[in-house]
Amino acid sequence: MDHYSIWSLIAQGLKQKPAWKPAWRKAKPKSSYEVIIIGGGGHGLSTAYYLAKNHGIKNVAILEKGPIGLGNTGRNTTTIRSNYFYPESVALYDLSLRLYENLSKELNFNIMFSQRGLLMVAHTPTQMEICNRIANAMILNGVDGELLSARQVLGLIPLWNRRDDARYNCHGGIMQGRGGVARHDAVAWGYARAASNFGVDIIENCMVDDFLLEAGQVVGVNTSKGEIRAERIGIAAAGGTPFLVRKLGQDLPILDYALQAFVTEPIKPCLDVVVLSLGTGTYVLQSDKGEIVFGGGLDRIPTHTQRGNLPTQETVVSGLLEMFPSFGQLKMLRQWAGVVDVVPDSSPIIGPINKPGVYINCGWGTGGFKAIPAGGWLLAHLLAKDEHHYISEPFGLDRFKTGKLIDEATGSGIAH
Amino acid sequence: MQLFECPFCGLRSETEFHFLTEAGKQRPEPAEEVSDEKWADYLYNHKSPRGRTAEIWVHIPCGEFFILERDSITREVFRSIPLKDYEQLK
Repeated sequence: MDHYSIWSLIAQGLKQKPAWKPAWRKAKPKSSYEVIIIGGGGHGLSTAYYLAKNHGIKNVAILEKGPIGLGNTGRNTTTIRSNYFYPESVALYDLSLRLYENLSKELNFNIMFSQRGLLMVAHTPTQMEICNRIANAMILNGVDGELLSARQVLGLIPLWNRRDDARYNCHGGIMQGRGGVARHDAVAWGYARAASNFGVDIIENCMVDDFLLEAGQVVGVNTSKGEIRAERIGIAAAGGTPFLVRKLGQDLPILDYALQAFVTEPIKPCLDVVVLSLGTGTYVLQSDKGEIVFGGGLDRIPTHTQRGNLPTQETVVSGLLEMFPSFGQLKMLRQWAGVVDVVPDSSPIIGPINKPGVYINCGWGTGGFKAIPAGGWLLAHLLAKDEHHYISEPFGLDRFKTGKLIDEATGSGIAH
Repeated sequence: MQLFECPFCGLRSETEFHFLTEAGKQRPEPAEEVSDEKWADYLYNHKSPRGRTAEIWVHIPCGEFFILERDSITREVFRSIPLKDYEQLK
């Protein structure tokens, strides 16, 4: 593998025909592996990487039905944060944030992580009290959270709607300075390159149809490229996970919804934090290319297609214009939707299922991108040791039986 | 924007409707014999089928609960059935 550095960039740039090698191998499936990971999105790729790096397990294949990183990994709005309410969630998401902080260096791949800060804006004294509560929870959980006055917030986002007839005046806010954005494709590519370098086989266009069972035990998978056997299987297939595990007789508490995102034409830098309005539910950031990237809540109709509906678009766009009226001059370039797997308590499911040796990592709903390093780290731990990491322990399927839900939807009072 | 049919009010905008859960779940009884597992399955698990589905929705303005049959991939809406008629239809 080429080492990427300023020197390799100059050396290749000076050549008449730069000779960059492909960043990862296109592998053909072997007949068997120690571990198979179903799903070549961020979580699957990072699982393979941490299996090799943390646990020395390198006889691993990632099976992806299309090209890697083109599901929700390539469809999200790239925000990374850990401003959750419950200690279990903060432990999980802050592990992820800490891993992200060092990821470019570790993978030798620039994921363009920009910790520009995540700002939640409150509009009423009641919302300010909610912000107080969240800030206190964050500080108690050992995460940075700073309460800001209206003046401080407006200093950060001078384009905010200050007209007399504004529906949502700025009343203050809360800031997580370590939050930010990263290049989503680079996260997938960086993990793929590093995993491939450890000898992991990344097998694209390989659809898993069914499991191979022998004496009631799962011994491998049937794919569009033939049978592949494995000692253990990790499933990180987001909305595809319920369909796979149902073949093993396991039902999951997951509903699929569409979540939409929007991008305008690029403009000069005008917004250097990620902003979420508690009033409109719309969040917005400016990409490094200058585009205004924004999104909002889920479409409220369960669906399995990557297509959004019009009323939600209307709500999100009108929310943006209420927050930043000047953005009304911009042309919208693209709108798209991803299918997100939503769990009743808005927390992910990480853990074993009804068959030994099979583990799932799914149910991230609207917030899977920020959790990619942690999801991979924890699933790799399960696959390697056959037991939970203490951080993933509360997120097992058994929480629905015991009632020990981690209800972030109500806990933090914002959409996830 | 899509129009859904409320059995009471007729065709209305999709924004007036709220999805509740999948249809056809039977509450396990008697309560004292229901295991935690069975109860969790009833409360939380979904079939989430790809294609034709039957779901319980409510029309928020009038409060009518009904079954909505639709396609979870194409989003085509087939029909609305008042809850009281659903048992006989099955």
